[in-house]
Amino acid sequence: MLPELGHFALILALLLAGLQAFFGLAAPALGRDRWLAAVMPATAGQAVMVATAFACLVASFVRFDFSVAYVAQNSNSALPLIYRIAAVWGAHEGSLLLWIVLLACWTIAVAFGVSRLPPRFGARVLGVLGLVSFGFLLFTLATSNPFLRLDPAAPDGRDLNPLLQDPALALHPPLLYTGYVGFAVAFAFAIAAMLEGRLDQAWARWTRPWTLAAWAFLSIGIALGSWWAYYELGWGGYWFWDPVENASFMPWLVGTALIHSLAATEKRGLFKSWTLLLAIVAFSLSLLGTFLVRSGVLVSVHSFAADPARGVFILAFLVIMIGGALALYAWRAPLLKSNAGFEFASRESFLLFNNILLVIAAATVFGGTMAPLISDAAGLGTLSVGPQYFNPTFLLPMLPLVALVAIAVHSNWKRGRLPERKRPVIVSGLVGLAIALALVLGYYGGRPGLALVSLALGAWLVLSSLVDPVDRLRRGLSLPRAIIGMTLAHVALGVFVIAVTTVETYTAEEDIALAQGETAHVGGYDFRFEGVASIDGPNYDGVHGMVQVSRNGQPVVTLHPEKRRYLVQQSVMTEAGIATQAGRDLFVALGEDLGAGRWSLRIQIRPLINYVWLAVALMALGGFLAASDRRYRSARAPATEPGEAGQGSTA
Amino acid sequence: MNRFLLPLAAFVLLAIVLAIGIRQSNTKGIVVSPLIGRAAPEFVLPNLLDATKRFDSRVMKGRWYALNVWGTWCIECRVEHEVLVAARQEAKLPIVGLNWKDEDTEARAWLAQLGNPYEAVPVDAEGRVAIDYGVYGAPETFLIDPRGVIVYKRIGPMTPEIWQREFVQRAAGAS
Amino acid sequence: MIARALPLIFAVCWATVALAIDTTRLPDPVLQARYEALTHELRCMQCQNQSIADSPVGLAADLRREVAEQLTAGKSDDAVREYMAARYGDFILFRPRVSARTAWLWSLPGLLLIGGAVVAWRIVRRRSAMAANDPDFNSDDLER
Repeated sequence: MLPELGHFALILALLLAGLQAFFGLAAPALGRDRWLAAVMPATAGQAVMVATAFACLVASFVRFDFSVAYVAQNSNSALPLIYRIAAVWGAHEGSLLLWIVLLACWTIAVAFGVSRLPPRFGARVLGVLGLVSFGFLLFTLATSNPFLRLDPAAPDGRDLNPLLQDPALALHPPLLYTGYVGFAVAFAFAIAAMLEGRLDQAWARWTRPWTLAAWAFLSIGIALGSWWAYYELGWGGYWFWDPVENASFMPWLVGTALIHSLAATEKRGLFKSWTLLLAIVAFSLSLLGTFLVRSGVLVSVHSFAADPARGVFILAFLVIMIGGALALYAWRAPLLKSNAGFEFASRESFLLFNNILLVIAAATVFGGTMAPLISDAAGLGTLSVGPQYFNPTFLLPMLPLVALVAIAVHSNWKRGRLPERKRPVIVSGLVGLAIALALVLGYYGGRPGLALVSLALGAWLVLSSLVDPVDRLRRGLSLPRAIIGMTLAHVALGVFVIAVTTVETYTAEEDIALAQGETAHVGGYDFRFEGVASIDGPNYDGVHGMVQVSRNGQPVVTLHPEKRRYLVQQSVMTEAGIATQAGRDLFVALGEDLGAGRWSLRIQIRPLINYVWLAVALMALGGFLAASDRRYRSARAPATEPGEAGQGSTA
Repeated sequence: MNRFLLPLAAFVLLAIVLAIGIRQSNTKGIVVSPLIGRAAPEFVLPNLLDATKRFDSRVMKGRWYALNVWGTWCIECRVEHEVLVAARQEAKLPIVGLNWKDEDTEARAWLAQLGNPYEAVPVDAEGRVAIDYGVYGAPETFLIDPRGVIVYKRIGPMTPEIWQREFVQRAAGAS
Repeated sequence: MIARALPLIFAVCWATVALAIDTTRLPDPVLQARYEALTHELRCMQCQNQSIADSPVGLAADLRREVAEQLTAGKSDDAVREYMAARYGDFILFRPRVSARTAWLWSLPGLLLIGGAVVAWRIVRRRSAMAANDPDFNSDDLER
């Protein structure tokens, strides 16, 4: 019964989403204010129905209902409870439903938020969200229904993809989708503003906290996926420029640009049409990511099973939503003019440069990701684009961006004559350079190269960002959350640059064959291989290796890299053995049995690698703090915090 | 032109690229061989069925033939095997079976049990000839013309239709 | 039929998604470094999102052996790339070769930077002119 109930709830949700979209968009357009009253009930009803459908699917998984095709394909009687729940979004159909559920959550949150806004505007926002929801519900029902029955029921399930049987990866999709879907809110605000034909600074103030929150969720989602790849895939890397990774990174880059351009729009009413465009593009890239992952047009490790029919549907949806939005943009954006001026070194200028560099970075990633498709479509032959393209081309806009931020945090709105604020910039720059020199020449050793430049930039950014907030605290001034959040995110970017540079430059690694009792010397540590023992999990068996790590004769830790064989799918997974030691990760992955007791092992010492993810988590925290700033919490809060305008240090 | 139309124009281009991508997505993973229209690499390898002689690919010059890459470890090769056996009985186009990264005893047992569709079976135990032919998965089948030029390449298991249309008819049509 | 054949090819990749740990040692550290860089640059044709350095399938091992032998024999990196591309097509190269066909891709970041600089310069010039011509510019209107 439950699957049928879920299916029925989805159909009702589709109808209610249709009503939500119709009343939300038609009532203001036709001037029928009485219809506005229908928007909220439709929205609430849609959310309840979506939640019901989701609960039904979860229940089918929890209760091992192998008469449901999707459950039979992605679960198994030996699968632990937590992974049976995570299995709900372990494949295409269920993850699509998760997308819809999260959109419903955002919609409800927005519905509460817009109740304080002008009713017509609020109705339009909910109407656009209803339209997005409608499209995804239709997609699910037409091509990807998770509630289809198997007759006869399968005796047992084919198990969840072993790659996904991991806590981090169980959480990765919900967080990532929360970010993706959150950009739908900014998108809806943008469409509503264009339909109204009016975009003022209040609009930017309403839109900003939603965008910040979505961006922060997306950051955490990406970081979790990267962390998972590091310890689960056994390659020892954390970013592979895989098309699916890129699909999540492009909206992140554009979203970062958007939260900065919203700052200028909120403060000065500047860059209005540009902000609108970014809001449309950020969400479009989220949709495009969904398309790339599910249509099978690109080769990727993470792709869901390719299905061109789904691709056609999503493409049609993209054309309607994005094409419609951009057509509306072409029609309405020319009306948005601003006469606000600013000087060359003002904060507005820096926000502009920031946006240009971030969009260039996103466009570079986009070009590389789409290049195989573009080249093929243009008859230029097949080609592959890998890290060897992305790494250098991505640095091109990003290194200048880091320097830019280090300077920009000292700029003022409107007026910019650098000399006034030159001292902290120069001092922090010199100190940063000194630290980088000390690290490169003194601590790590080796020739200074690009590593020196980017370490110095990272240290400069950290120090420079801290100058003003520390100064304010010393003078006994309060720090609003927006400023704490901004500072945290900028410091985190500096930490990120330092961590990535260090990992990329100073990782010691060796792939080596060892017999029991043999020792490898890597990066000042001794790794003694003590052989392997068999292990027995709930739905897998396998071996774990024992590697005794010591330094200067002193034992440090014993690592247990595992090699698991998941019984149902007969697939082999690696679980690296990792210990963090004095800021470094000691990493061992177990390779193959080479016979005669010898195994191949990958041994790596990766300094500061944890700070890569920690930095992203800090950025996200900064985003949440800024989103919860006082001026967004009350309907008619003053636009500026006391004592803020003179300093000019607003986020 | 109105610069606010640029994003829409860019999106239209993108949609076209994506549409072409979807149309071609069922052949994704099939890599078009750069060797088509080029001379088939020549090779001399041990002969699975006659340990005393080596197989020299130049003996096939002057005739149309198919070069089929197979191995007993390859599931899809089992699927196509009967198609190849039938093709040999039909005797329109000789097939050379390149035995790729396999065990000789198992390969002989396979042919003894399932029938031998091949005129000759060169043994590429180290996979070097397969690299020269750009082989990236078994089964693959090349059609080679009398001058020794690769005319066509089939990736994946042979079917009767493909054998007739792409192999037999091409060879018959040209000669 | 193709559609049916391919999942099987890729199934091999999933089943052994683990990894290959390549313990090849070339006699000379410079050669070893070139070997590692090159094997990471060549795409595994079977598990299409791995390089041959990481892929556990037999073909990847054969190709690694080929790279090792050719480097030891004194061939240049470009000669090895050329050798691979002649057999498997440009698809095997994760770093697209610079040619007329890939010129757009390689020039993209540079063109974007130049375009961005031009746009930034024009906007800033226009806006600072507005600031200079605005009599109210120095009145603090930041509250709204």
